[in-house]
Amino acid sequence: MNRLRLATTWLDGCSGCHMSLLDLDEALLDILAGVEMVYGPLVDVKDFPARADVTLVEGAVGSEADRRHILEIRERTGILVSFGDCAVTANVPAMRNRFPVEAVIARAYVDNADRHPAAGDGAAAERPAFAFTGVPRLCPTARPVHEFVPVDVFVPGCPPAAAVIAWLLTELVAGRTPEIGGRSRFGA
Amino acid sequence: MSPEFPKKVRSDLNPSRVLTFRIDGRDVSARADESILIVARQNGIAIPTLCHLDGLSERGACRLCIVEIKGSARLQPACVTYPRQDMEVVTTSERVVAYRRKILELLFTERNHVCSVCVSNGHCELQDLAVELGVSHVRYPYLYPGYPVDASHERFCVDHNRCVLCLRCVRVCDEIEGAHTWDVMGRGITSQVIIDLNQPWGTSETCTSCGKCVQVCPTGALTEKGRSVAEISRRRRFLPYLQMMRERRDER
Repeated sequence: MNRLRLATTWLDGCSGCHMSLLDLDEALLDILAGVEMVYGPLVDVKDFPARADVTLVEGAVGSEADRRHILEIRERTGILVSFGDCAVTANVPAMRNRFPVEAVIARAYVDNADRHPAAGDGAAAERPAFAFTGVPRLCPTARPVHEFVPVDVFVPGCPPAAAVIAWLLTELVAGRTPEIGGRSRFGA
Repeated sequence: MSPEFPKKVRSDLNPSRVLTFRIDGRDVSARADESILIVARQNGIAIPTLCHLDGLSERGACRLCIVEIKGSARLQPACVTYPRQDMEVVTTSERVVAYRRKILELLFTERNHVCSVCVSNGHCELQDLAVELGVSHVRYPYLYPGYPVDASHERFCVDHNRCVLCLRCVRVCDEIEGAHTWDVMGRGITSQVIIDLNQPWGTSETCTSCGKCVQVCPTGALTEKGRSVAEISRRRRFLPYLQMMRERRDER
């Protein structure tokens, strides 16, 4: 039997959608019988494989690395699933979108730091620009996956309920491309 | 905002015209002063709405209740369109449903509706409409505008990021409470509901702090302080009740 080659990935999100996937509990065993996990945070594979039948994408596209990753995934994937609100709407990661990236970085790593060499009177104004050394450069805005690549299935939800994921995977294993309809909604 | 047909006492001298027309192929009868929306609901035909609220005047603001009328190229909002004899109305054609979805998606793009962290999550008419109309994603680019939150009132907050400009707050404040604290400024996509002369809510001299606007808000734009994500609940039964009492007074 040809098992479904399933990849999952985690872009600009909180991993909650993957947690919801694990929340299927014993139902996972039946589904996994028809699935081969080929990539994702749940398996120890470094590079995206040459071919995946289905990829579940959690998270928005928020950095240059996310953007490159999603383009590669699209090329190598049969059915691409926007998995959860961050992938579908950009959700919470997009709440930074109204602010410049520099302000976001400063807020996260400098303004609220207890101890920082640059802290002190007037020092903030002289602070050098954040260099993004060793970490992916943030895009000006975090945006939904389908603004970058064509998406085949949309599963809103923050996170999608385990029952919805079970239904989704069962449909995919059966070789169908499911239409989510009103099964899941934006938000929790 | 006076109703299109002022309510008159009906008698033999002043009979209300009754006419017949068709909705989705069904023969229905209606008084001439009943909108297509009201007649549809009387006959168990559901038309989605957002700005409509029983007890308030109709505004025709959201356009979600658009229907097709045979012989008319334009779609008409059912809440402010009145039947004519032998009119043929279609409420769920492919064209109508496609437009309703577009309207809803555009509402999502115009402000920052982050359902997962919204005080109205699970009690939101916008969120429910997305499910009802099968909107699983938004095909238009989100605008991510920078709207403020005004928490200057001691009991209530207004978060313009969640506002859909249904103007229920404006109507309930004017028509039911009689204060007319709320109004609208700007045009088109930059319209915004405002307090008095566009000032912080806490500084309003006309607001009676009755909270009716908070109770009628369909989304998480108007909220009570002290409520966190998904914790809001709306109490709206007062509205038909107040209106009924007012009508009785008029008849005396």
